Amino acid sequence: MEIVIETPNSPRKRKGANWEKYGWMYMRISGAVLIVLIFGHLIVNLWDKGVGAIDFAFVAGKWTNPFWQVWDVLMLWLALIHGTNGMRTITNDYAEKEWVRKTLNITLWVVCGALIILGTLVATTFDPCIDPNAVNYLPTVCK
Amino acid sequence: MAKLPAGTLYRGKVGMWSWVLHRITGVAIFFFLLVHILDTSLVRVDPEAYNGVMATYKTVIIGFGELGLVAAILFHAFNGVRIILIDFWRKGFKYQNLMFWIVVAIAFILFAGFAPRHLMHVFSYNN
Ligand code: HEM
Ligand code: HEM
Repeated sequence: MEIVIETPNSPRKRKGANWEKYGWMYMRISGAVLIVLIFGHLIVNLWDKGVGAIDFAFVAGKWTNPFWQVWDVLMLWLALIHGTNGMRTITNDYAEKEWVRKTLNITLWVVCGALIILGTLVATTFDPCIDPNAVNYLPTVCK
Repeated sequence: MAKLPAGTLYRGKVGMWSWVLHRITGVAIFFFLLVHILDTSLVRVDPEAYNGVMATYKTVIIGFGELGLVAAILFHAFNGVRIILIDFWRKGFKYQNLMFWIVVAIAFILFAGFAPRHLMHVFSYNN
């Protein structure tokens, strides 16, 4: 079967916001920013002292500093929306039944929204002294 | 819908394989991120529960999984730059093939630098 696209470079006729175009731009802009955010995240958490160093006190050391809170919340929003929008492209490619495609896409955005709310709350309401009776992992700021 | 695409310019070449890899790595990172946000949220619930889950991140088996994750991110990130250059740089599409191999080379070099250090961290922790 042959697919003919007539005058592919003619201007778009449909009215209203061109959401596919904004999504396309978003993938590229968020991708560029995410390189800095994710590489920075991996250098500090995985390269510097290695995974062995990560525990509650490690997170407390970072999230009592607004710099890392802003860093992580930005990374959370950008990466999740980028990933969810990318997954939407993929379900649009492979889901052949319309109701399957719709259901998958709605599920994707619901999960994305829930995790954005959860992650944002976790990073912004973080409490290093959540358990003042603890001995092993209580960060120095609480002592 | 046509089940058999007729094109031969694209199929089976660098353009297709870079796209397949970009898609697979994107999906893998996406599912990691879903789990990762949930495990991180334990810091808001119970420090001991968080430390317990992080202990599994430090095992040798997951340590190898982290190598895979980093490999996926390195490829996806640099190939993402390649896609952006193809779209916005006037000569981008002319050099897309060469850029693919540059992407592979940069990702490989960074991975080769990362892997031994990561494995040293993982194995010294598990000693
Ligand atoms: C490290 C920085 C990153 C860069 C530079 C980057 C770049 C890109 C670009 C340029 C695209 C193509 C979009 C299009 O064709 O319209 C894309 C697609 C995609 N990305 Fe990323 N990305 C990055 C991180 C991530 C992360 C963290 C995730 C997961 C949470 C992710 C998941 C995806 C998925 C699922 C797709 C769709 C693939 C497809 O349609 O075949 N990416 N990325
Ligand atoms: C094996 C590699 C990784 C390790 C060991 C790791 C570790 C951590 C740790 C310890 C935190 C707590 C806060 C902080 O330290 O900044 C965190 C948070 C976070 N990480 Fe990672 N990370 C890894 C890979 C990734 C990747 C690849 C992404 C992006 C796709 C990512 C995205 C995030 C986000 C968005 C948060 C904030 C979550 C929230 O606000 O609840 N991480 N990670």
